[in-house]
Amino acid sequence: MTALQTQHRIGAALALVTLAALISVPYWGSAYLQRSIVEFLYFLALAQIWNFMAGYAGMFSIGQQAWVGVGAYALIVLAQDLGLNPFWAVPLTGVIAAVFALPTSWLLFRLKGAYFAVASWVIAETIRLAVNADINWLGGGRGRSLTTMGQFERGFREDVTYLLVVGITILSLVLMVWMLRSRIGLGLMAMRDNAAGAGGVGVAVNRTRRIVYLAASGLAGVVGALIFMSALNVRPDAAFSINWVAYPIFIVIIGGIGTIEGPIIGAIVFYILREYLDDFEAWSLLAFGLIAIAMMLFAPKGIWGSIQSRWDIELFPIRRRLPARFSTPSTQET
Amino acid sequence: MTDLLSLDGVTAHYGLFQALHGITLSARAGETIALVGANGAGKTTLMRTICGDLPAGGRIFLHGKDITGIPAHRLNAMGIAMVPEGRKLFPSLTVDENTQIGGYTKRPGAWSREAVYDLFPELIKRRANKALDLSGGEQQMVAIGRALMSNPDLLLMDEISLGLAPIVVNQIYEAVDKIRAAGTTIVLVEQDIGRGLSVATHVYCLLEGRVSLEGKPADLSQKALTDAYFGV
Amino acid sequence: MDIFYASVNGVLLGGLYALYGLGLALTFGIMRTINLAHGDMIVFGSFMSLVVTRVLGLPALASLVVLIPAMFLLGRLFQERVMNRSLGEGIMPSIILTFGLSVVIQNALLLTFSADRQTLSAGQLQTMSLPLTEDFAIGVLPLMTLCVVIVLLIALNWFFRHTMLGRAFRATSDDPEVVALMGIDPRRTYGLAMGLAFAIIAITGVFMGLRTNFAPFDGPARLIFAFEVIIIGGMGSIQGVLIGGVILGVAQTMGNLVNPAFFQLSGHVATLLVLAIRPSGLFPETIERD
Ligand SMILES: Nc1ncnc2c1ncn2[C@@H]1O[C@H](COP(=O)(O)OP(=O)(O)OP(=O)(O)O)[C@@H](O)[C@H]1O
Ligand SMILES: [Mg+2]
Repeated sequence: MTALQTQHRIGAALALVTLAALISVPYWGSAYLQRSIVEFLYFLALAQIWNFMAGYAGMFSIGQQAWVGVGAYALIVLAQDLGLNPFWAVPLTGVIAAVFALPTSWLLFRLKGAYFAVASWVIAETIRLAVNADINWLGGGRGRSLTTMGQFERGFREDVTYLLVVGITILSLVLMVWMLRSRIGLGLMAMRDNAAGAGGVGVAVNRTRRIVYLAASGLAGVVGALIFMSALNVRPDAAFSINWVAYPIFIVIIGGIGTIEGPIIGAIVFYILREYLDDFEAWSLLAFGLIAIAMMLFAPKGIWGSIQSRWDIELFPIRRRLPARFSTPSTQET
Repeated sequence: MTDLLSLDGVTAHYGLFQALHGITLSARAGETIALVGANGAGKTTLMRTICGDLPAGGRIFLHGKDITGIPAHRLNAMGIAMVPEGRKLFPSLTVDENTQIGGYTKRPGAWSREAVYDLFPELIKRRANKALDLSGGEQQMVAIGRALMSNPDLLLMDEISLGLAPIVVNQIYEAVDKIRAAGTTIVLVEQDIGRGLSVATHVYCLLEGRVSLEGKPADLSQKALTDAYFGV
Repeated sequence: MDIFYASVNGVLLGGLYALYGLGLALTFGIMRTINLAHGDMIVFGSFMSLVVTRVLGLPALASLVVLIPAMFLLGRLFQERVMNRSLGEGIMPSIILTFGLSVVIQNALLLTFSADRQTLSAGQLQTMSLPLTEDFAIGVLPLMTLCVVIVLLIALNWFFRHTMLGRAFRATSDDPEVVALMGIDPRRTYGLAMGLAFAIIAITGVFMGLRTNFAPFDGPARLIFAFEVIIIGGMGSIQGVLIGGVILGVAQTMGNLVNPAFFQLSGHVATLLVLAIRPSGLFPETIERD
């Protein structure tokens, strides 16, 4: 058995133990622990999704909050207006977010680097303002409440939400590993190594990017629906908050961009810092900013990337592992 | 008398790939050195290490002073100018501005904008044009003029005849003769061996990052050159 | 008539927006990196002006005498000590670094000045106006802002065309490697360019502080307007910021006429339209570089 296989087994074992522990929490953990884990996981999921887009597919979006918000509002419409069972509505919110994301990809995919980043933000702001503008249906700036959740008893509600959050985190991880191992991963690698060359292989580049973009948007939508399923109230400012992309970026940068393990570590660091400095929000944000700058300057591969390049470890079998490089031909500015 | 330029065991790498393996070469003031060699032999790489564009191993001396490791932007002020492969004009600048920018370091000497336009009179009517609107030959002239503006002691020219019509090549080499006559030391890379031999006082043939042959043009037989060129 | 008034106001607003965009256009045009802390730097400039006016008892406009050189130095230091470390690695490092800086500035301002909204005062200047018709007057300050932008643009145009340093800036934007062969150190050029951008940010901060009140978290809103200005005008185009600012301003005041909730929204829509129709903006100047 090679060292790499051993590492993969360790990775698999760790994943299984963690999974078992996570799933069993509702049986033994306190409500507080459960809520903390939920919060931790949706930042982790959003970080992983952003990492997938930026770290592997070279799409540096600062507009992912658009799909978090769309997912949240989709849940309101499906559950509150159309009377669907909110839990069953969750997967649909992902589909709706992806459907909304599709036309934006037509615009975004004509743009490169800095333009892509900025335009994705403008799109998110446009959607936020459109929802915010006096559309009575969606409640305008005051937002709307998810009163239909009242039909469930509180403990049940929290347990199901908890399991759904665990589920989506794992799903996004599995989906990502699977996609990286598939032909899409191969396409992504070709793209990173040489955008022009990969373009020569076929029109596949844009299709690959679009698949990644839509998958990421759909997953972000589901996360958004789940976040606001626990919050019970959706306002445009909260649903489309830039924090839904800002924190994930910090997490990915701290942990290590372009790796699966990195965001997990980054999320743990993020969470500890946040809990620790909870009473001093401004100080904790200041610390995040400084850490991000320091990481970028002194360890641009992040915590996991630095560990990996020193000891050559890989816990998740991506097989075609991609080095955490920052300048990819497809993202270079014009 | 010390050499104007001398290289002692110069090496260069692109990542893990070693492109130059210990090049030793020297040029006295006023000499014209021609570097010849097949595609990928390392000619451009050697030029880039001399002008500080690429980090080099070994040692490089200018006027007897060790200049190894000095970055390109400082070497210009010390008297090295480069006409890069592919001309590399600044596309958003006009012909006039491209020329002027060559004189950024204000090194004193005989070359000025007027002198450059005397050398290439065909550029005068294109002065206000954007550099990319010019023909290949005109662009090459601007690139040479731009390098001359810093009044270099050592002028490096990489493939100045590439892709140009024979008449234009002749025109450009007439200018090279005038530059030599003014006393400037030149190292030039030339694909066309005949052309290289005709202007050079000394020829170095590169093969896979090593000097495979060197000597005065008159002393080199056709056979020895072809062998050195193709590595037979 | 309403439409006419709205357009006039839009044009005047455009003057301020052009100022927002100018510093960003410089950074993007020369370094080709994006500065996500641009808006926060503007707000920082407003706060610094506040401090200078309080400490030295100067009027806000006079604080520029201190602010411009101080911000120039700060910009130069920031570029040379921080940003230059990750040159040539694409836009990702610049995005992360300035993103981190943005969060740092916001929270440092919050911790120092509290979340209260502040204003700069320039006495009568802020209330003076020129009556155009019986019921419509234009403010002197907005008009002054527009004039300042125009003067700055003329000065910058002259600087870029007719001075050696200005040409060096443009050449560095075209090709930072070849420029070194001409004896120009691109890192130093970048430092000077960021210094220049920060000096303009100081001016922007003061005029913004005179026009509206400001608070520590106002940066991102300014940033998005600044980006929209340079997207419409053409990223990297210095002269394009005026038209970009005016189009954005007019789009907003026109949207406002329809429904006050459409004020910002119509600006965003105008930007996205430009991106959809002419992704390189109306006056693209920066040459594509690969
Ligand atoms: N930027 C680079 N990165 C990696 N390898 C390079 C790079 N530039 C050149 N090489 C390699 O270095 C070797 C020497 O290249 P160089 O460009 O110096 O050759 P040359 O003699 O100038 O060829 P030509 O006549 O085609 O211009 C070649 O094998 C080339 O593939
Ligand atoms: Mg060559």
